[in-house]
Amino acid sequence: MLNVALPKGRLGERVYAMFEAAGYPCPSIKENNRKLIFENPECGVRYFWVKPSDVSIYVERGAADIGVAGKDILLEYTPDVYELLDMKTGICRMAVAAPKGFRDDTRRALRVATKFSKIAGDYYASRSREIDIIHLNGSIEIAPILGLSDVIVDIVETGTTLKENDLEVIETIVPISARLIANKASYKFKNEQIKALTAHLAGQLQAED
Amino acid sequence: MRQEQQAMLDLCELYGRFGYTQYKMSKFEEYDLYVRNKSFLISDSVITFTDTNGKLMALKPDVTLSIVKNSLDIPGYVQKLYYDEHVYRISDKTSAYKEIPQVGLECLGDIDDYSIAEVLSLAAQSLSTFDEDYILDVSNLDILSLVLDRIGISESGRRALIECISKKDIHDAERICREEGIDTEKASLLSRLEACSGEVDAALKGLASLFDDVEWNAMVKRFGEILALLPKKNVRIDFSVVNDMNYYNGIVFQGFVPSIPTDVLSGGQYDNLMARMEKKSGAIGFALYLDRLEALVSPRKEYDVDALLLYGEGDSPSAILAAVQELSRQGLTVLAQKSVPERLTWRQLIKLSESGVQTVETNA
Repeated sequence: MLNVALPKGRLGERVYAMFEAAGYPCPSIKENNRKLIFENPECGVRYFWVKPSDVSIYVERGAADIGVAGKDILLEYTPDVYELLDMKTGICRMAVAAPKGFRDDTRRALRVATKFSKIAGDYYASRSREIDIIHLNGSIEIAPILGLSDVIVDIVETGTTLKENDLEVIETIVPISARLIANKASYKFKNEQIKALTAHLAGQLQAED
Repeated sequence: MRQEQQAMLDLCELYGRFGYTQYKMSKFEEYDLYVRNKSFLISDSVITFTDTNGKLMALKPDVTLSIVKNSLDIPGYVQKLYYDEHVYRISDKTSAYKEIPQVGLECLGDIDDYSIAEVLSLAAQSLSTFDEDYILDVSNLDILSLVLDRIGISESGRRALIECISKKDIHDAERICREEGIDTEKASLLSRLEACSGEVDAALKGLASLFDDVEWNAMVKRFGEILALLPKKNVRIDFSVVNDMNYYNGIVFQGFVPSIPTDVLSGGQYDNLMARMEKKSGAIGFALYLDRLEALVSPRKEYDVDALLLYGEGDSPSAILAAVQELSRQGLTVLAQKSVPERLTWRQLIKLSESGVQTVETNA
């Protein structure tokens, strides 16, 4: 039996549809109830819904054999897992955004508001730019408007929220998409099952291309 | 004796049988040793204190560096040592210090293919002490390095590709190659190398078909000859085993056992570390992380005690002691109490009777 951690929400639903199309359905998952664990012994899968940022923890610690997590989470928390497949969904980018017309004052540290402190820290360290990280948990876009920060580092999908707050992307750090991840030990001991599932999903993605 | 202590004794006996001698060391080391080799350590933070002479000391975060520091450089000689120590590291996830029990061995000096095969074989035997269905993943950094040389990528791109291969992340590896302007055929080399991971014979066959030149063929042949000496059922080639190439070279490996979600053994050749520490010889070794194996060697017991012996005020101490001794002789764990402790689980509830002991309740 393969334990699969799926991220709750729209991304999780899209990802489940991909698993279903690849030959790993679990009809009970579509029932409207508050259950979090769903099993289909015939296909050898057990799905469970978890908070998106927790998927990698379940997989890293072996409670789930595989899971689907955003590249943003993998870069921020650096879990010790295998990253087997780009699911080509949940596509967006990690970017630096600033108020329109922003000019970097290089005489002082750049104030960066973000939920992704590690990604922001690594990015600016690679450019040898001194920064002051302001870790926020939400509504990052208002930080530069209120003078809390000079720029923000955040996920940008369509850019609508940025536009509505008079911000614009000034640099792209890395492209983001959902990734199929696997626990390292599970990959050894359930190798055939995980490889078969990965191949079915990859085949599914190729057919869609 | 607790099961983990028994496991430890079995391992020490195994290493002793192969001529390894125990290396007992102090818990403390001069901090300077770690400052000079910070990136060799798994965790950056070291617990430090000032000793009575004013020297900055550290609680050992690692054993290998201390052994290398004190190793002998004698041509033709191989020093074989094993250790059973505790190291002190900060946990990445909780940011708290942890005391980690570690057993391992180091083989330092004039290392040849026999020494490498012997260490790999001892790693395999160590894992089989815990579970016969273990898996030992073996990689070869010289082979990986040669493939990266032939891809011809920048130094920063090379570091990024190594990170990708450690995660089996081929899609990002291909993206990085594209961004660096590497042609498709060269960019595909890494995915073709990753495809060579798996059972030894098939993997070696795949490797042999990757290139056909003297340097490559010799490297693959030598790798195959070393692996041929190990149990096929449990050994896999896996190029995602990537240790820091500033310290490690050649053969590197990781061990896994069923039901433990992480690697429980890690090791490899570290000639580069030896060179950095001004040693002329080579070295190979491994460590077993006993904290990760704890769940395996001490499975959760079904009951807290086999027998809960209840006695009253009127029972004589000699009768209680005789009953406890008798039950214990039968191989049971016994807890004598006047009343049933809250939340305690037991297999049998026993009371003293005139004829000796009487089982009054049993939990099947």
